[in-house]
Amino acid sequence: MSNFYLDNPSLRHHLHHPLMRRIVELRERNYAEAEKYDYAPFDFEDAMDSYEKVMEIAGDVIGEIVAPNAEDVDHTGPSVVNNRVVYAPGTVENLKATTQAGLMGLSMPRRYNGLNFPMVAFIMASDMAARADAGFCNLWALQDCAETLYEFGDEAQKQQFIPRVCAGETMSMDLTEPDAGSDLQAVMLRATYDEANDCWRLNGVKRFITNGDSDIHLVLARSEEGTKDGRGLSMFIYDKRDGGVNVRRIENKMGIKGSPTCELTYKNAKAQLCGSRRLGLIKYVMSLMNGARLGIMAQATGLSEAAYREAIAYARDRKQFGKAIIEFPAVYEMIANIKAKLDASRAILYETSRFVDVYKILEDIEKERKLAPEEKEELKKYKKLADAFTPLGKAMNTEYANQNTYDCIQIHGGSGFMKDYPCERYYRDARITNIYEGTTQLQVVAAIRHVLTGTYLSQMKVYQEEQLNPELDGLKTRLAKLVEIYEQLVPKVADTKDNEYIDFQARRLVESAGHIVLSYLLLLDANRNPEEFSRSAEVYVTFAEAEVKKIEEFINSFDVNSLKYYKQV
Amino acid sequence: MSLKIIVLAKQVPDTRNVGKDAMKADGTVNRAALPAIFNPEDLNALEQALRLKDEFPGSTLTLLTMGPPRAADIIREGLFRGADNGYLLTDRVFAGADTLATSYALHEAIKKIGKFDLIISGRQAIDGDTAQVGPQVAEKLGISQITYAEEIRSIKDGKITVKRRLERGVEIVEGKLPLLVTVNGSAPNCRPRNARLIQQYKYAKTASERQTESNDYVNICNTRACINLEEWSAADVNADPKQCGLSGSPTKVKKIENVVFQAKESKTIDSSDLQIEDLIIELITNHTIG
Repeated sequence: MSNFYLDNPSLRHHLHHPLMRRIVELRERNYAEAEKYDYAPFDFEDAMDSYEKVMEIAGDVIGEIVAPNAEDVDHTGPSVVNNRVVYAPGTVENLKATTQAGLMGLSMPRRYNGLNFPMVAFIMASDMAARADAGFCNLWALQDCAETLYEFGDEAQKQQFIPRVCAGETMSMDLTEPDAGSDLQAVMLRATYDEANDCWRLNGVKRFITNGDSDIHLVLARSEEGTKDGRGLSMFIYDKRDGGVNVRRIENKMGIKGSPTCELTYKNAKAQLCGSRRLGLIKYVMSLMNGARLGIMAQATGLSEAAYREAIAYARDRKQFGKAIIEFPAVYEMIANIKAKLDASRAILYETSRFVDVYKILEDIEKERKLAPEEKEELKKYKKLADAFTPLGKAMNTEYANQNTYDCIQIHGGSGFMKDYPCERYYRDARITNIYEGTTQLQVVAAIRHVLTGTYLSQMKVYQEEQLNPELDGLKTRLAKLVEIYEQLVPKVADTKDNEYIDFQARRLVESAGHIVLSYLLLLDANRNPEEFSRSAEVYVTFAEAEVKKIEEFINSFDVNSLKYYKQV
Repeated sequence: MSLKIIVLAKQVPDTRNVGKDAMKADGTVNRAALPAIFNPEDLNALEQALRLKDEFPGSTLTLLTMGPPRAADIIREGLFRGADNGYLLTDRVFAGADTLATSYALHEAIKKIGKFDLIISGRQAIDGDTAQVGPQVAEKLGISQITYAEEIRSIKDGKITVKRRLERGVEIVEGKLPLLVTVNGSAPNCRPRNARLIQQYKYAKTASERQTESNDYVNICNTRACINLEEWSAADVNADPKQCGLSGSPTKVKKIENVVFQAKESKTIDSSDLQIEDLIIELITNHTIG
């Protein structure tokens, strides 16, 4: 009997963050729906109680059904029969159980049969799902595409599709093409308007589409003939019931093998335009990707959780030289670092989710009524923070998932290299997280702006201002010193005004911001819950200090003219 | 077609995790010392009923349980998974009931519920392992029964087809509605609790629970009618007190013995005919089999 919510006190800690009061009050519009829906909360405590209960259900389904199926799903995987994807039997069972448990359409409004839960709750369920089966986490979390449909679709589209998602139909986002990966502006899939039938028609090929045989697709296509860049792209909704899209093949991947990655052919597929023409990439897909990046942060965090549990269990059990290997410093250090990186990952995951919650809900409220000036300020503040924290967290958490699963195998020694233990699966699954939805290198491109404009720095100062328990004074002083280093490093690079050089050092600057931000967040967690987080706060700050000083040394001793030794000719 | 389905369920002590104070000195189960759970095979029964409800929209699924006031948990658990309503049969008069008195009380309650097409219950409860209550209820109601069901295959033209799991194989049988089915533990597990239903029914309480529990949300029972759980006494179901509880129970526990498994040594044999034959002879000789 395992419940992935109840056995993990850090989830409960993050669910009960002080900012939740504001988030829930906004999300529930001051609890106005209690009159109308017999499952809507009456007040904050009632809502939190419901989140608790639903997280417990999610933890139960994931712990009891998804986790035991994971190994078999990894080995069996999906297949293509007559141009359609057939999921592994375990995947079918997982989808059925999560649907029966009512865990689809978690964050959709009640009027479309959703639960109207905040992003924090949705992300928490993803975090748990990834710990059990990272591939399944994708299929389940793609329900978040409904968020984009809700944000930009018209009322008829919302009514047509969102209740179907809430009833368990799956979604996909069809973006990538053979020649348009990181550079989505190059998308070629053609959308033409069919006057006779008053609909759009899609023709072309998409590649690397996660869950590409889903029920409802969001498709990026070129609607403006003759254009070559992102401004000629629009977003479309394709309904599988209409037909016209076939699965040519699925990729044979290294990891997340339960999640089918499809090559799709569109032959005159009927589609609806979602939102306005030409805004497909520049507005809608950017929003879609931000949501997806948060989802991948959760996936990476869940994988780190799995790696930590597997590593510590093995190290306690395995005896060499007459004692458990966990007693050797070389091993316990690795475990302490895995745990610290895990706790740090979770800290920024939920901090970012809260930022996203506040601004997204306010944006939604803005469609209903005019916002008060202070609400507008609030929206602006959190939108900027979400924009800054999403790429930072995506970069940090997915790299940590790789490091943690790698170390998990290392702790297992030779056994970890065998298929007998799940750590090799975690390792393979983690490898994609810092690649898809934007590689770490691309997250750095998004995050460096906030290094240069000072978003991270001012947030560090906000954290520094927090009143904490005196026991944390030592760590806080050490962190303040790191901020000083960071404050010197940024202008040192930026003042060169040499864009190529700034790009060259960008990852180092973003990482130092990441180390400091994550350290502060762990400090806040330790302040609110010393028992759970004070060890990780100590370990992480020590690690962060060494990392930031390493970066400082590198940047300070680097001669701009040395770039030529790196540049490949 | 829509069906009226009644599911019989029991709250039982979780005998899968037994501590040393699990039994009282008089040999009866110390229910206070064990966590109370939904009897596992009754969950299998509930799942069969929920599948019928999925297949035949408009069907109603009513839970019926007998027990102390805290057995209202069983009704709530059922509602969280998709049952439409439920009745808790609770009264001091029912205390100490054996299978005969239990099935008497249940059948009176079923008569009060009214017309039904199907009654589904678990094969047996893990606290008594008698497997008698389901069949006795059917007898008292004068309807047919199909026991050890693993799967309700179909319902068509007033006939039900059921796959039974028996010791030496399976059997597909057909029966005429209304009838009672008892479900085996080998049937599919019950589906999880549902996120929306748990929010809808989490404050569902019986009248007596509302009297004893002080909760800020008690007043909402007036605004949301669905969360008032029905509670029936012996008088409510016109049950004869003499046939209920201890006085209606011919079964008396005479003696309880603690059985301690004493495995002396393990023995490994290979799959050769000779070794298997030797083992069979040994087991027959010491009366383990035969």
